[in-house]
Amino acid sequence: MKLLTLLVDGIAYGMVLFVLASGLSVTLGLMNVINLAHGAFAMAGGYAAVVLMQKAGLPFIWTLPAAFVLTALAGAVLERLLYRPIYAKSHLDQVMFSIGLVFMAVAGIDYLMGSTQQFIQLPGWLQGRFDIAGVAVGRYRLFVIVLCGLLAFGLQWGFTRTRFGSRLRAAVDDARVARGLGIPVHALFAFTFALGSGLAGLGGVLGVELLGLDPSFPLKFMIYFLVVVTVGGTSTITGPFLAAMLLGIADVAGKYFIPQVGAFIIYALMVVLLLLRPDGLFARQRT
Amino acid sequence: MKKRTFLGLGGAALAAMLAIGGAQAQDAIKIGLILPMTGPFASTGKQISAAVNLYLQEKGATVAGRKIEVILKDDTGVADVTKRLAQELIVNDKVTAIAGFGLTPLALATAPLATQGKTPMVVMSAATGIIPDTSPYIVRTSQVVAQIVVPFAEWAAKNNIKNVMTLVSNYGPGIDVEKFFSEAFFAAGGKAENMRVPLQNPDFSPFLQRVADAKPEALLVFVPSGVGAQFMKQFVERGLDKSGIRLIATGDLTDDDILNGMGDVALGVVTAHHYSAAHDSPENKAFVAAFRKANNGLRPNFMAVSGYDGMHALVEGLKKTNGQGGEALVNAMKGLSWTSPRGPISIDPETRDIVQNVYIRKVERVGGELYNVEFATIPNVKNPARGK
Repeated sequence: MKLLTLLVDGIAYGMVLFVLASGLSVTLGLMNVINLAHGAFAMAGGYAAVVLMQKAGLPFIWTLPAAFVLTALAGAVLERLLYRPIYAKSHLDQVMFSIGLVFMAVAGIDYLMGSTQQFIQLPGWLQGRFDIAGVAVGRYRLFVIVLCGLLAFGLQWGFTRTRFGSRLRAAVDDARVARGLGIPVHALFAFTFALGSGLAGLGGVLGVELLGLDPSFPLKFMIYFLVVVTVGGTSTITGPFLAAMLLGIADVAGKYFIPQVGAFIIYALMVVLLLLRPDGLFARQRT
Repeated sequence: MKKRTFLGLGGAALAAMLAIGGAQAQDAIKIGLILPMTGPFASTGKQISAAVNLYLQEKGATVAGRKIEVILKDDTGVADVTKRLAQELIVNDKVTAIAGFGLTPLALATAPLATQGKTPMVVMSAATGIIPDTSPYIVRTSQVVAQIVVPFAEWAAKNNIKNVMTLVSNYGPGIDVEKFFSEAFFAAGGKAENMRVPLQNPDFSPFLQRVADAKPEALLVFVPSGVGAQFMKQFVERGLDKSGIRLIATGDLTDDDILNGMGDVALGVVTAHHYSAAHDSPENKAFVAAFRKANNGLRPNFMAVSGYDGMHALVEGLKKTNGQGGEALVNAMKGLSWTSPRGPISIDPETRDIVQNVYIRKVERVGGELYNVEFATIPNVKNPARGK
């Protein structure tokens, strides 16, 4: 029973990692842009939720869509102004550019909101935990699992089964031909980028309770996002999803059973997985 | 002719102004205050610098007819920067004393400069035991880790807590807390089980599950400021608060600066520390009221009181030496004793470390806000780690 509780904790942790990293996997895998500033969007979402709750008195549940929309809008604007010019640049330029954005975001939030940890108050029905057949499950963790599970399903369906998904994949594979066929490539990319940013913002809000929120958030969690995306591969949604689950569960279980080395389990697992599958767990075969 | 007179007068006035300015600059007693004003430890810098300004405003900023001038520098919490700033202050600005030092590495990096420059150095925050040993010019007005946790362990053992689990972040101060608490608790007849968690630890759930399995009578926690609230939320989320495990900690966990934002999860947490904004004394009431008024309602925390007392030690020392610095100032500060907002304190003449009361407190709601309410006092605690 104890093990099942741990499993639920691990899955919830993995789910938050997935939502945070899924946007990165979208921009990196589908658009081939390295955006290390992804965590900054997550942080922006978290802070948006904190401000909306504390200053405007919005209930927690409404801050989730609000943070999604706000960060998606911010993503769309920044895509048009800053990111579009660097699509064609080398990966090194993209790394330098986006890491610069991270530092600006960290300093900016520090200036505006202060460096202290931010808090949110969950509504009563999400606090505490209940027993399901003897397994103690945190309400909030269950809420996170259900919400993120639905999101993962929706994303996978959207990218593989809809007209939008197939157009996007076509635009990524060969932008010139896609444009020739009348696919609005620029608009597609802008929309996808905004979607990825919105997902990061949503993950940022969900993570405040589990991961904390302060101005160093994008730097602290950049490693975790990158681990999820590299282990999962970037060409699908299921890859990062399973990778996030695996890492979340391994991290929680490792810290429980061998706390002395708990912090390193996630990295050891990454090294082993990448040695076995250098392109990620679920990469498309190289041609 | 007229024009020339005018110019001459202007020149004379200018010269006079320069002379006055020069005399003032020469006469002012300069104190270099090095604090993390930006970056992750900015709240430390904000509290201490606000308290230093308050002290100078309240108690007057002149000693022996000379003005005290504080030069504030921001080291962003990076040891290299602290050291460079200290060197500039000592060599270029010729300061009489340096003060501040938000974290242990920052104080350790600067200690050799204090020795070489024969410049008194007042440590207002860093709490590791060895700091005053690293230079004979260091005087500390904050706290020492062992000074808080050793009496706390003895108090716990006396109050029917027989087995404790410690959960500390795996870094210097955390390991100090674990070591000193466990040793003292063991000596007092208790049993302590230790667990360390990574410093960068987003989710405490696996560690809390271990705590739930072990079912100790009390859980002693030491994690960096800020993460503490995260920890308490998860402690309550898992129902551990209702399982009979008492949450105990050093006062860092329920820091006055952030306590009120933590919400009801903090209620009932028992901590040991040297200062609470709710300390019941006329000195503290006046201090808290004046601090809040000057800083937009901000509540002073233990950092602020250390800065306030650090200034007091410097000013009283300078009064004794008639404004002279160097070794004379350090000697003048040794053995000073006064009533601080935190209670009666003194500077140990042998170790140059602070001697103060340690209070056992409990988080309660007072007038709509959360406060650490003191309910037991262990008087005049010296640093128990010395001579071991």
